[in-house]
Amino acid sequence: MSDILKALEAAPNPNIPPLSPGDVVSVHVRIKEGDRERIQEFKGTVIRLRKGGNETSFTVRRIASNGIGVERTFPLRSPRIDKVVVERHSTVRRAQLYFMRGRTGKSARLKQRFN
Amino acid sequence: MLKGLIGKKIGMTQIFDDAGVAYPVTIIEAGPCYVTQIRRPEKEGYSAVQLGFSEVNPKRLTSGELGHLKANEIPPLRFLREFRTKSPDLNVGDKVTVEVFSLGDRVDVVGTSKGKGFAGVVKRYHFRGGPKTHGASDRTRAPGSSSSTTTPGRVYKGTRRSGHMGQERVTAQNLKVVLVDAERNLIGVHGAVPGPKGGLILIKEARKQ
Repeated sequence: MSDILKALEAAPNPNIPPLSPGDVVSVHVRIKEGDRERIQEFKGTVIRLRKGGNETSFTVRRIASNGIGVERTFPLRSPRIDKVVVERHSTVRRAQLYFMRGRTGKSARLKQRFN
Repeated sequence: MLKGLIGKKIGMTQIFDDAGVAYPVTIIEAGPCYVTQIRRPEKEGYSAVQLGFSEVNPKRLTSGELGHLKANEIPPLRFLREFRTKSPDLNVGDKVTVEVFSLGDRVDVVGTSKGKGFAGVVKRYHFRGGPKTHGASDRTRAPGSSSSTTTPGRVYKGTRRSGHMGQERVTAQNLKVVLVDAERNLIGVHGAVPGPKGGLILIKEARKQ
């Protein structure tokens, strides 16, 4: 990417720590309802990070009711993201955890990484 | 006031507005341009402003080009382009910067599209091609019939065929200005702009607002 485009990038949100695949995170998103603003939480596992300046995004997967998987992709630089809290890290051996999509229950667990 | 600039395409990115909506944006490094000549109806029969862009080593220009610029102490410029305007209220030597445009303005952006070489009708005119199966596997990207039978007994002129595609002047109309950076001479327009990165770009006031 050219230096000019890099210079135009939005400043990184200080409330977002460095993320890695396998992290269990809780994403706090600002939601506008009429003229009221509230914060919604989306908690799940980071299964993908896509890097690219202003276009950087990450995908969080969580299991909703009835064991239905829900994935949501957030633009990392979006001003709508209030903060991200990393609750635990996991030991994973690949960058994209798409294999999690086929798994439910016990097999959908990841080994915790402490550091 | 003339609303026109010459620039260089830098590339695309996305920017967020205050509500958090992401817009695709093309960044153009535009100006500073210099007024190098004024065309007047009395003399040339029409009115326009000739702008110059991109300072260059004077050795790169011919003496004719240098002489054209030197008379008014304009730096040596690589590109000269004309912009039609009804009332040229500028003088030769004036500087035109991105500040002629402001946020929310609608502009037309002219560029030279990327060359695609000799292209078939499927790519060039979005023909549907033929079937892939039923014994027609040698005709999947063929143009099909080009005309009727005895009447008219010939192929009409202008029938779309394969040929050279791209590398032609293309105008993207009515793009919204979403970024003006006077410090770095940058202008950002909503959406895509014809041509490769580094390509020469003309920005004008939109004709159909």
